[in-house]
Amino acid sequence: MALKIVKGSIDRMFDKNLQDLVRGIRNHKEDEAKYISTCIDEIKQELKQDNIAVKANAVCKLTYLQMLGYDVSWAAFNIVEVMSSSKFTYKRIGYLAASQCFHESTDVIMLTTNQIRKDLSSPNQYDTGVALTGLSCFVTPDLARDLANDIMTLMSHTKPYIRKKAVLIMYKVFLKYPESLRPAFPRLKEKLEDPDPGVQSAAVNVICELARRNPKNYLSLAPLFFKLMTSSTNNWVLIKIIKLFGALTPLEPRLGKKLIEPLTNLIHRIYLFFSQILHHLSAITLVCFSWLIAFLFFITVLISLSSGMPNHSASIQLCVQKLRILIEDSDQNLKYLGLLAMSKILKTHPKSVQSHKDLILQCLDDKDESIRLRALDLLYGMVSKKNLMEIVKKLMLHVDKAEGTTYRDELLTKIIDICSQSNYQYITNFEWYISILVELTRLEGTRHGHLIASQMLDVAIRVKAIRVFAVAQMATLLDNAHMLTGNTQRNGICEVLYAAAWICGEFSEHLENPMETLEAMLRPKVATLPGHIQAVYVQNAAKLFATVLKSQEGNTDSTTAQEASQLMIDRLPLFVQSANLEVQERASCILQLVKYIQKLQQKDVEVSEEVCALFAGELNPVAPKAQKKVPIPDGLDLDAWINEPPSESESEDEQPKAIFSKEEPKHSRPRHTEVDEKELARRREARKQEQANNPFYIKASPSSQKVYQETPGVEHIPVVQIDLSVPLKVPGLPMSDQYVKLEEERRQKERAEKKKKDKKKRKEKRSGRGKKHDSGPESEEDITPAHMVDIVTEEMPENALPSDDDERDPADPHKKSSKHKKKKQKREKEDKEKKKKKKHHHHHHHHGDKGGEESVQNGTVEEEEPLPRRLISVMLTFIFLFYSFDRKAYDIQGNLQDGSQVVVSVIFENKCDSFLKSMEFNVLDSLNSKLQRPEGSGPHDSLTIPFQLPPGVSNEARFVFTVQSIIMPQKLKGTLTFIVKNEESSTHEKLDFKLHFTCTSYLITTPCYSDAFAKLLESGDLKSSSIRLEGVNMPFHHLLARICFHHHFSVVERIDSCASMYSRSIQGHHVCLLVKISSQTVSVDAKCDEPTLLGNVLDEIKQTFSQC
Amino acid sequence: MIKAILIFNNHGKPRLIRFYQYFAEDMQQQIIRETFHLVSKRDDNVCNFLEGGSLIGGSDYKLIYRHYATLYFVFCVDSSESELGILDLIQVFVETLDKCFENVCELDLIFHMDKVHYILQEVVMGGMVLETNMNEIIAQVEVQNRLEKSESLPFILH
Repeated sequence: MALKIVKGSIDRMFDKNLQDLVRGIRNHKEDEAKYISTCIDEIKQELKQDNIAVKANAVCKLTYLQMLGYDVSWAAFNIVEVMSSSKFTYKRIGYLAASQCFHESTDVIMLTTNQIRKDLSSPNQYDTGVALTGLSCFVTPDLARDLANDIMTLMSHTKPYIRKKAVLIMYKVFLKYPESLRPAFPRLKEKLEDPDPGVQSAAVNVICELARRNPKNYLSLAPLFFKLMTSSTNNWVLIKIIKLFGALTPLEPRLGKKLIEPLTNLIHRIYLFFSQILHHLSAITLVCFSWLIAFLFFITVLISLSSGMPNHSASIQLCVQKLRILIEDSDQNLKYLGLLAMSKILKTHPKSVQSHKDLILQCLDDKDESIRLRALDLLYGMVSKKNLMEIVKKLMLHVDKAEGTTYRDELLTKIIDICSQSNYQYITNFEWYISILVELTRLEGTRHGHLIASQMLDVAIRVKAIRVFAVAQMATLLDNAHMLTGNTQRNGICEVLYAAAWICGEFSEHLENPMETLEAMLRPKVATLPGHIQAVYVQNAAKLFATVLKSQEGNTDSTTAQEASQLMIDRLPLFVQSANLEVQERASCILQLVKYIQKLQQKDVEVSEEVCALFAGELNPVAPKAQKKVPIPDGLDLDAWINEPPSESESEDEQPKAIFSKEEPKHSRPRHTEVDEKELARRREARKQEQANNPFYIKASPSSQKVYQETPGVEHIPVVQIDLSVPLKVPGLPMSDQYVKLEEERRQKERAEKKKKDKKKRKEKRSGRGKKHDSGPESEEDITPAHMVDIVTEEMPENALPSDDDERDPADPHKKSSKHKKKKQKREKEDKEKKKKKKHHHHHHHHGDKGGEESVQNGTVEEEEPLPRRLISVMLTFIFLFYSFDRKAYDIQGNLQDGSQVVVSVIFENKCDSFLKSMEFNVLDSLNSKLQRPEGSGPHDSLTIPFQLPPGVSNEARFVFTVQSIIMPQKLKGTLTFIVKNEESSTHEKLDFKLHFTCTSYLITTPCYSDAFAKLLESGDLKSSSIRLEGVNMPFHHLLARICFHHHFSVVERIDSCASMYSRSIQGHHVCLLVKISSQTVSVDAKCDEPTLLGNVLDEIKQTFSQC
Repeated sequence: MIKAILIFNNHGKPRLIRFYQYFAEDMQQQIIRETFHLVSKRDDNVCNFLEGGSLIGGSDYKLIYRHYATLYFVFCVDSSESELGILDLIQVFVETLDKCFENVCELDLIFHMDKVHYILQEVVMGGMVLETNMNEIIAQVEVQNRLEKSESLPFILH
């Protein structure tokens, strides 16, 4: 025996190990596959040996080959053998191989249960660890059931290394074996307060994953998480918890209010964390970004909380404004995250995002596809009746420019999505839409031909008024079919011909020249189209034929009719030979019919009526809700059991409690077929099984049972007459652009008419308002559509129940807002005047100041009297520019007159390893700027900072300064004194710093509309000044973003390489800039009502650019 | 949850694959190819997030990746993970590799795929983040390496 082992060991020396295998593969680049197959043969030999070391080596090599795409499942049993080795080295190799290639249907897994159980209870914690790691990858329902108890015990293991793994793997166990959730939950909850941060983090992780699927059940844990959030030092845990709260707050609005404050305190920590991440990524300095990150993060939180807090729209508005800065930034990750946050805001506050349409459209031009896709996503929510055409026009431009079919296809689907959303709610002119669709058909190589086709069909069927136009367009399409089919056979766009042919056939009475279209549909080239399209061609050619006959009815000269028959007889045989059965069948049928008709024609028999009768009757679309509207016959209870459920299920139904409620199924409507007892029982069992296996099964609330109201529903939306100001015929392929202009004219006209009407109405009575406007779903503008989507003609079952309004998707924010709007409209108009005046003051609330230290760039304070660095370095890491998200800021809003206050936020971070306490902050006041001190204290007293700093902790303090004049920048000297305390001693230390109040810091980013801007410039009250910057080597939009970011301006308008910008000071000075760039020279012409301020701001701008 | 972690080089050659959801081998290779195709055509100065992998995930999933010299580190994650958080995790993972291999380069990953796996197992377990503290990760990896060494020394005596 011993000899055998020794022999094995010696053999092993000649075996290839993993490194040799890799080297070998690299040396056989020419015949890699052949080389690997010889290696696999060798491995098979090795696996046959008794020596476990040889086997482990072989398995290790297999793991590598698996990565290269080779199926190694044949070695599953050998892997199990290696797993059960007593040596950690081999065990680890075995478990790794298993985790890479085992899955639920690997049958040898059954054999592993006892081995894994043994490993889990191994005295060596690393054996246990390896088993847990492996198990997490290949756990099956059986394993989960058998091992749940063992793992649960491990959750209280003495080693935190095992505890954290056991906690984490529990989530996998819950997924596979949901019954384990209930008994394990108390222990899991206990682990949230584990002394080891790793275990704690694992527990948070698991609960967050569980709660993501079903947040309601975890609401009771909110207080515990709240405690964790305020005490945890692990950033990962914080992020998870905050995400969790994001999911919980919509369910419990009170949570949101409670969260705001601790979150504000957390931000500094999180921003430091995030800014470090970004710091790795970009060469840009940390300080420059840190507030942005903090802000971004805060926004995400605020948004998730805001749904519970209706009063925060002002802060949301501010958020969006700042997000804009983020999106305008040159860092692509920030841009992406900014857009992502924006889309979250869009869901709850669509209005506030809509005003940034320009920015979003700009992002569509970004070189980065991820960003373009994000921007596209946002567009969906920003359309209104007013801007739909404009947005789509812009998108069409992008479609032309886009390279790469993925993005172009995405654009195409988005255009169609945007236009067709909420039942074409935003489309006011369907001719325009049809033209857009026709223009889209010119895209080459798109996969979405069927999408365009279905839109064409949908619109043509449902909007009656558009049929004339649609048919004309489709006829042109058919005539130019060769352009669509091109040379590629597998071209998706030819699908539109399906729609075109059907529309031309079905509504052929609107055709200008049916004979020509008939000819186009029977061209030999058609035979190259896919079968299902040919079939439609043949069928609709027959419809067209009928129309031609009808139009010739009563005409004494029957040549046209006879020509038509002859054409059919000449061309149809081509289709009769088609390989496609459907085409063949239809063609031969119709061919015979036409031959017969021709005979009758020759005998001068009037046949047109009979032929038309073949296609008589209108095809109406069936309403999507039609099935639901079928009234339930009296005495039929769909929710009643047909057979009583077996009694054992009752006990099962009673079990669930709050956290794990796994609830009763929503009953599907039983089919009225005779099913025997056995079959029913079997199905029920299967269903129960399925539910049992789904830990996240949620019961439908009882309200989901429809309550039908007796109110009249959608059926009273009338069809608006087609507007005659739009030309009905457009020669050639249509140009959608012209509609934009026409629509503008139409709207103007309407507006004028409306004014007249309004006057009349007002005279008549005011009561007219009570009744709902008859223009369908209203939008913010009372733009009446040129055509309405005709929902009325959708086929409903007989005795259909009246529709109920609550079927509307409650998640659709636009509908909600439009409803609201209606009610508010009146009041708003009255308020508008007032608001305009008020607005001036609104921006007066205190403004944070950038206390730029001497070395703002790296965020540290240069100590004037350098202290021994190792002993102590208090870093005033950076000073918040925008504190406005603080709860305080909202309170201050009421305090309008204060244009003289500036808030400076300072973050103190203790970087030494001693305890800091008794910190006092003092600034030498100047005549102009004074630190606000509590009442009763002298002008030179220090302010005590209300916290102490343990090692490694940071915290923020705010100081309010009163500033008299803001037209000059200034520096304030200050001192920070504190006591450094460590075990042996405590010393008094002092740190000097300077606060730099730049003029820029008195400016507040204020949006300004171009018309207001123009008026301001015209007023003549402003003094002007200008600077030139040479050698600026950056794209123009970066330059603008820089000015916006560093100097708090907003872009009013941008045309090519010229932009106007605006900002205002806290004391209400207007500052206007006109920035032009031409070959590295930037000229800034500026106007302001305070020349000194202007001069200083310009100097600061100059400085910003001289640094780069 | 993390659905997959892929490391491949500038030519799309896989250096480590770790799927936390079962895919057959040929599908895995297809996913690698698709991911490589998506990631490699992006400039280095665009953002690190990518949506639109059709084979893995779907709309809830995105690819978060970083490109270091010759290697791409790609994490496929769902919406429960923080984008910036995962970027940091990649950094932690790479720095850990750097410490464990002393100036890690592609060759280390090529010849020691197993070791890379063992390190990754201390960072991510079953698709969930296990540990983000680099010192803790390195400590555990080292203990296990010592254990392995102590086992391999007296093998001739067995």
